[in-house]
Amino acid sequence: MNIALARTNAVAAAPAGRPLVSVRNVSKQFANGTLAIHGVNLDVMAGEFISLLGPSGCGKSTLLRIIAGLNSPSAGEIDWPTSTYGAEGEPLPDLGFVFQDPTLMPWSNAIKNVMLPLRLAHVARSEAEARAAEMLALVGLKGFETSYPRELSGGMRMRVSIARALVTRPKILLMDEPFAALDEITRHKLNDDLLSLWWQNRFTVMFVTHSVFESVYLSQRIIVMAARPGRVMADLSVDATYPRDELFRTSSEYAHLCRVTSETLKKAIAA
Amino acid sequence: MTAEAHAPLSTPSQDGTDFDARPVFTQERRILGIAASTWPGIIAPLVVGIIALGGWELTVRLREVPAYILPGPLLIVKTLFEDWTTLAQALVVTLRITFAALIAAVVVGVSLAIIFTQSKWVEKSLLPYAIILQVTPVVSIAPLIIIWVGDINFSLLICAWIVAFFPILSNTIVGLNSADHNLINLFQLYRASRWQTMWFLRMPAALPFFLAGLKISGGLALIGAVVAEFVAGTGGSASGLAYRILESGYRLQIPRMFAALLLVSLTGIAIFFVTSTISHLLLRRWHESAIKRES
Repeated sequence: MNIALARTNAVAAAPAGRPLVSVRNVSKQFANGTLAIHGVNLDVMAGEFISLLGPSGCGKSTLLRIIAGLNSPSAGEIDWPTSTYGAEGEPLPDLGFVFQDPTLMPWSNAIKNVMLPLRLAHVARSEAEARAAEMLALVGLKGFETSYPRELSGGMRMRVSIARALVTRPKILLMDEPFAALDEITRHKLNDDLLSLWWQNRFTVMFVTHSVFESVYLSQRIIVMAARPGRVMADLSVDATYPRDELFRTSSEYAHLCRVTSETLKKAIAA
Repeated sequence: MTAEAHAPLSTPSQDGTDFDARPVFTQERRILGIAASTWPGIIAPLVVGIIALGGWELTVRLREVPAYILPGPLLIVKTLFEDWTTLAQALVVTLRITFAALIAAVVVGVSLAIIFTQSKWVEKSLLPYAIILQVTPVVSIAPLIIIWVGDINFSLLICAWIVAFFPILSNTIVGLNSADHNLINLFQLYRASRWQTMWFLRMPAALPFFLAGLKISGGLALIGAVVAEFVAGTGGSASGLAYRILESGYRLQIPRMFAALLLVSLTGIAIFFVTSTISHLLLRRWHESAIKRES
């Protein structure tokens, strides 16, 4: 089953054939002379689950931050052909960002943390609260609205962080190694829950990871990157059907895909 | 899986992975409303105090030390009650100056800190002068201030303020700049305005630092008020606790001197207790310094 085709109806926001984000010849050189990424070209289609895979220092996080507008490229440009910013008078930025750390405000409880993007956009408190509560329920945290970050486990904090990123109903969710600091059992659970959220709510995901297994389990497409300078080495498509679950994790198909990806990554690092 | 929109995921409690990994906070037994582990911290110094005071009283009585050299604790307490009208008036004067100075220190300290974090140039230009004001001993400038200002209460207020405001200023500056850089990125991402970032992020992040400064400044405001009053008192124109101490010294009313001293100490202890309680109440739900963990 071709997932991308099957889901084009649901992702009507982007006209067929036009990418949601185009990365055009983007390079980034830091002030100390380090060339973090060099000449990266990448089209992200609406509704895709795409992973950026590579060793540390390959510039995958830098690329994600440039796409988010947190850093500016030294050369090249980021193009949003469907003009996600400010379209239809919508004042909210159309992307959500999940950092490696949950990055919650320790002085606010779970619901106030999730309400933050809406409050910053001057959404009325009552509406913001209702939407945040709905989002918290969606990530499985119903009943923890008034818990403070310190009262939650690492996995639950990451769930709050994901709820906050999704509360503005963004077209694209950018995730910068979000589960790297979690234990494997929690990571697997969050991988499954992220996949169901994506599958049910049809946003686009760009997921930075250094784990071959995680990238294969989650994505439709894997961009393999190499370091010094950071550049794209391969663009793999993962031909496995969704939904993916524990059965998929133990299938020979998964093992095969992991081996192929792993070899590509090895070549990329050696190149 | 069906594309059932907004179907909640399984609650974390059902899979037993991360729900059960929540930190456990200490649930302590309470005796008379105070946590059991707090009691030794109350009883131990109390015992030491009683032994010391008992020894003092005993020494004074056995060796028949005259009251104008060293009065016993019982005589001091007796004097405190006998001279209460005079001493209470003096206490009110000192308290009024102390609290006015502390409030002024909070207002000026926090406002300056906010202005400094908005403009690096303002900070670079003004901070050195704030430091000079801080490191100059207040005793040495108090006479000048009293001469220039004229109104004695207002000059005392200025002196106490000079001593008290710097810890609040410097702590709040550090606090306002200590917001998590990822959170700052997040605010940039959502196009937060400068004031939204200040109000929702920098000010809450600065709160623990500000409160630490407030605890120090509370004590310093009292010290500033008393020191300035000593300077003014030598000119015979003040009526606070420090003036009563000076006056009792001149008249060799040593028990009264000790009673006034006792009131100054009790005021300092009360200020510390109040600022600590405020700090605890504001931080207890979220800040590491106010939370006890079992795991």
